[in-house]
Amino acid sequence: MMTSQSSPRTLEEALRRLSEDPACIPIAGCTDWMIGARSSGFEIPPLLDLLRVEELRGIRSDGDGLRIGATTTFSDLQQDELVRKSYPVLVQAAGEVGGRQIQNRATLGGNVVNASPAGDSLPVLLALDAEVEVASLEGRRRIPFRDFHTAYRRTALGEGELLTAVILPPAPGFQSFRKVGTRQAQAISKVVVAICAENQEGRWASVRIGAGSVAATPIRLRAAEAVLEGSAVGKATAEAAADAARGEAHPIDDLRSTARYRSWVLGRVVRRMLLS
Amino acid sequence: MRVAFTLNGRPVEVEGQGDERLLDLLRRHFRLTGTKEGCGEGECGACTVLMDGAAVLSCLTPLVQLDGRELFTVEGLEATTRGSQFLERFAAGGGTQCGACTPGIVLSAARYLSETPVVDRNGIRRALAGNICRCTGYEAIVKAIEAEGGRKDRVQLALHPSDPELTEERES
Ligand SMILES: Cc1cc2nc3c(=O)[nH]c(=O)nc-3n(C[C@H](O)[C@H](O)[C@H](O)COP(=O)(O)OP(=O)(O)OC[C@H]3O[C@@H](n4cnc5c(N)ncnc54)[C@H](O)[C@@H]3O)c2cc1C
Ligand code: FES
Ligand code: FES
Repeated sequence: MMTSQSSPRTLEEALRRLSEDPACIPIAGCTDWMIGARSSGFEIPPLLDLLRVEELRGIRSDGDGLRIGATTTFSDLQQDELVRKSYPVLVQAAGEVGGRQIQNRATLGGNVVNASPAGDSLPVLLALDAEVEVASLEGRRRIPFRDFHTAYRRTALGEGELLTAVILPPAPGFQSFRKVGTRQAQAISKVVVAICAENQEGRWASVRIGAGSVAATPIRLRAAEAVLEGSAVGKATAEAAADAARGEAHPIDDLRSTARYRSWVLGRVVRRMLLS
Repeated sequence: MRVAFTLNGRPVEVEGQGDERLLDLLRRHFRLTGTKEGCGEGECGACTVLMDGAAVLSCLTPLVQLDGRELFTVEGLEATTRGSQFLERFAAGGGTQCGACTPGIVLSAARYLSETPVVDRNGIRRALAGNICRCTGYEAIVKAIEAEGGRKDRVQLALHPSDPELTEERES
């Protein structure tokens, strides 16, 4: 088996490799890729290591928001002052992805491109109304995160494109994250929810709820959002939103849980988050 | 492809396929069999090593990413005075039974102890969340690490293996 590998230092170089050989596989933390690659048993195509591309790493201000490079790890996210100060919802999610060893390697970009409906950062990016930046040799474009996951494990990433960054808009006032798994650490989510909103003099505004593991892709819970928008913060509204959320999720039975359990838990989680 | 990195402080070079697992390199090529394979899927933590000071899983780390890195395994830990004393105390405290999880656990623990001035059970639990033990029920492990945290001469890793203190210790 002959394979060629490369660790480019610049984005330009990485994109050129990708366009010369569209079969090559971009790799970052390898926490998803190594498992799939080995279980498939096929010959491994050329690898394109992204970890040394300077431009893809790091976190910096972007207007009133934040630009997070694609290869930023979940450990980086937990340690970064800007993220800790303004986006606690993302810090919390990062801290619940696998154990330390996974957090030290797993990247935000890998989580997004891997496109598992259980990816823990995805509901957070939905709730924050993030954008993703992708690049090819032709140039860069930004895609609203809500349009990025098009179907089960499908993304809007085109041939020859790499995910370069996730862009966060200014931080919302209310942020909340809950993950329900089999145990507290290192468990894939059965249900994962993120809520971002403003509390305007006791009324909910700009409500966005992202949910994972309850449909083929991470989804916004639009019906629940509509119930909340403009309504008084409190128990009655929280319960109405929980009912709406149960109604709009389409979970499945799988080895981790059942559809009935997931719907039930989703409602409970949404209700509790709104009352916290 | 050829990669050069440091392994327990020594510069090494290997030739291999880019997708080769660090775990296999360590065990087969370098004959460092302290690092264990449990699941091979990132779940158990038995294959934990330190890369540039951070705990990572050698079963999920391919050769292509090793160039220029600093790798540290349980053999490196044992080669330091404080490291070997910690291993003795850890075993004496019942932290190990069959031993399959131990190399990974002691590296996660050593990293935690090196970066945490005041240790507590919650922190220990969190630091070990990615390490599974089928034998001990964890209590003895947590106790041993807690006790280590209370010592003045506790295990102290240079978070970068090129730190002179560590080199000095290894030579002594
Ligand atoms: C034990 C274990 C526990 C886990 N627990 C969790 C968990 O609790 N929550 C969770 O959400 N996930 C979990 N995961 C899954 C995984 O760690 C995450 O999805 C992680 O974020 C993937 O990132 P990575 O950098 O390792 O991706 P890689 O494995 O390197 O790549 C994943 C995919 O994305 C592509 N890719 C990566 N970066 C880019 C880019 N910049 N541009 C284009 N394509 C790219 C790769 O080609 C590949 O197809 C777990 C995995 C393991 C092994
Ligand atoms: S062998 Fe690597 S985590 Fe189990
Ligand atoms: S001592 Fe046997 S698995 Fe931990």
